[in-house]
Amino acid sequence: MSGAQGGDLNRNPPRPDRLDHAEGASVPLRSHVREAQPRGAVINGNHPIDQAEAAERFIAAPEHERMHDARLWDLRQKRDRQMHGIAEWEDLRRLASEIKEHALTHLDHYLEQFEANARANGIHVHWAQDADEHNAIILSLLRDHSVKRLIKSKSMLTEECGFRDFMAESGIEVVETDLGERIQQLDDEAPSHVVVPAVHKLRSDVAAVFARTLGTDPDDDDVHYLTEQQREKTRPLILDAQAGLTGANFVVAETGTFVVCTNEGNADLSANTPSLQIASIGIEKVIPRLEDLPVFVRLLSRSALGSPITQYTSHFRGPRRGGELHVVLVDNGRSERLGMEQFWTSLKCIRCGACMNTCPVFRRSGGLSYGATYAGPIGLIIDPTFNRHRYSSLPFSSTLNGSCTNVCPVRINIHEQIAGWRKVLAETHELPLMKKVMMREAGHLLSHPALYRAAIATADSALKHLPRFMVYNRLNTWGHGREVPAPPRQTFHEWYAKNRPTGQGEPT
Amino acid sequence: MRIGLFVPCYIDAFHPEVGVATLELLERFGLDVAYPRDQTCCGQPMTNTGCHAESAATEELFVRNFTGYDYIVAPSGSCVHHVRCDMDAVEQTDDVRQVRARTYELVEFLHDILKVDAFPWAEFPHRVSLHNNCNALRGLNHASMSELREPAFSKPADLLSKVRGLEFVHISRPDECCGFGGTFSVFEKGVSEKMGYDKVRDHSSAGAEYVVSADSSCMMHQQGCAQRLEMPLKFIHIAQILNGARA
Repeated sequence: MSGAQGGDLNRNPPRPDRLDHAEGASVPLRSHVREAQPRGAVINGNHPIDQAEAAERFIAAPEHERMHDARLWDLRQKRDRQMHGIAEWEDLRRLASEIKEHALTHLDHYLEQFEANARANGIHVHWAQDADEHNAIILSLLRDHSVKRLIKSKSMLTEECGFRDFMAESGIEVVETDLGERIQQLDDEAPSHVVVPAVHKLRSDVAAVFARTLGTDPDDDDVHYLTEQQREKTRPLILDAQAGLTGANFVVAETGTFVVCTNEGNADLSANTPSLQIASIGIEKVIPRLEDLPVFVRLLSRSALGSPITQYTSHFRGPRRGGELHVVLVDNGRSERLGMEQFWTSLKCIRCGACMNTCPVFRRSGGLSYGATYAGPIGLIIDPTFNRHRYSSLPFSSTLNGSCTNVCPVRINIHEQIAGWRKVLAETHELPLMKKVMMREAGHLLSHPALYRAAIATADSALKHLPRFMVYNRLNTWGHGREVPAPPRQTFHEWYAKNRPTGQGEPT
Repeated sequence: MRIGLFVPCYIDAFHPEVGVATLELLERFGLDVAYPRDQTCCGQPMTNTGCHAESAATEELFVRNFTGYDYIVAPSGSCVHHVRCDMDAVEQTDDVRQVRARTYELVEFLHDILKVDAFPWAEFPHRVSLHNNCNALRGLNHASMSELREPAFSKPADLLSKVRGLEFVHISRPDECCGFGGTFSVFEKGVSEKMGYDKVRDHSSAGAEYVVSADSSCMMHQQGCAQRLEMPLKFIHIAQILNGARA
């Protein structure tokens, strides 16, 4: 398949001999070309992230870009096939959205209900206002139990909290149990996608990382070899870890329990191997009743990976015999977001990543180009709530095409919120001055018909002005990779004056 | 029925033939069509960039130009989407609300309002690939969307199916954005170009001679990409085909 374009994929039905579920691709995808892995956005203090620059470097690595696009488009197509298998799909999405909106608008009630029921189940419940508190609570638990090594499963919340770095500074070894996340940890990179964290890497990249960190053969990029080597090296670390940490996909208020969904079973490894179990959970994860849960379980993996359900859907009800179970409920900006009239529904997000898989910009940029915890469409509307200045350019990394909104299982109006953020950023002076000035000039020109007519009076001046005010930048930006439109002989306006001389142009 | 013809600035300056085809097509149905001379733009470029305040005067001018018509028709899904769904910088007076509600994109006007069942003058003996602008598709419901579980339909394809000789080809990612995205095409030129290249390759490998769309802006971008890749792909607005263009 080395020469296959992503487009070929679409005309091939799924092969019957392939495992068409879970995390598998429905067609073989493989690159035989070695190419250096493009790295993510340049982080420069609190300066706005330049996503476009990082995206151009990703595109300049054609094998990476092609595989990334094909892999994620395959997930989108698998998702579509699952959707067509469920007659009540759109009703499910509506119901999921309504349950989440209800829970979020009664958040205090359901969180307290969860806390009381969890305590009754023997779970220790902690509350963390922000990332620092979250990290401090867990560190103190680990120190109380003399923990030297913590194993953990994938959790975006811990990424928000800079948890791995904090633990490293505190002298506690953290070992990721999710394969993709482990690859990212060994490469000292953040996850590039909320569900498939190493999807931006080719297998040759993984071979290079493992050769460097695990001592494997750098020229052997066979997936079975690489997976087995990693497993052999990591299993001993897992088996004698003293504490395990997971996130949670859903928290059920009425039962005081929580649910973790994985395909590798690694959350169960994290939760059940050591006697001390900790779960870091964002407060927006709560749903009222157990009977609400199936609505989300049916939507989650179908939206994320196009599989009917994750391989493991684990319910945690209390501590193991002789063990301890701690839950840390984390706010970290969520309450503030809940108060934002235009943006609060972003808290409905169940982190399925469907918006990333369908996003044509994400597929061609790689998740690390966003330089933020959350990449892709959902990231564009969440990241500015953490740091409006640093992430001020991200809402512009979208064509506002709206596909993200359509695939969202909880019906977040993502593309409308992206547009909403652009307005907020313009109003709070977070737009580059040049952009703002050009828009002011364009607004002036376009609201004065005589000026406008003069500006586009000749073909030459139209070419000079039109792209310039329409798209703000110089013509050579348009012409970088595209031909400029041929100059017209006359504008429509001129044609009309000649050909419909009696046209009144006014309603009667 | 008094129709106000809105010819967006791109079309006015770069594709006047699309404005002409739209006017002639509406006149074929015996409609009284006027072109208000002082029109410029709908305000979308500024709003698209977040600069709503900078868009207000342009939106006000638009409403002044088009107040009083029974319908306002434009050959651009993107601009009509702005007028109908996003024109919120200007104060929402009765005139503004009325103009916004009466503004139609050409395809939906022909399909939903005029309910045209034949274009006897139209013949286009070519293989065409239909490109739906994202605002027309997902904002104006021009067609069913591949992301949703809904019955299949397509207003532009319905109209084109009444044209003699026209043969559709189908691309592998029909609803994928082509990467124009207004100001995006310049702010993110790398991604925009790559999306455009992928789109025109998709048209080309499906065997299209022509790409047809209800939006000139997407096609200007795609045409620029196709020419850069030296592809023999041709582009034509749906108004031109429906008005009887043969090539």
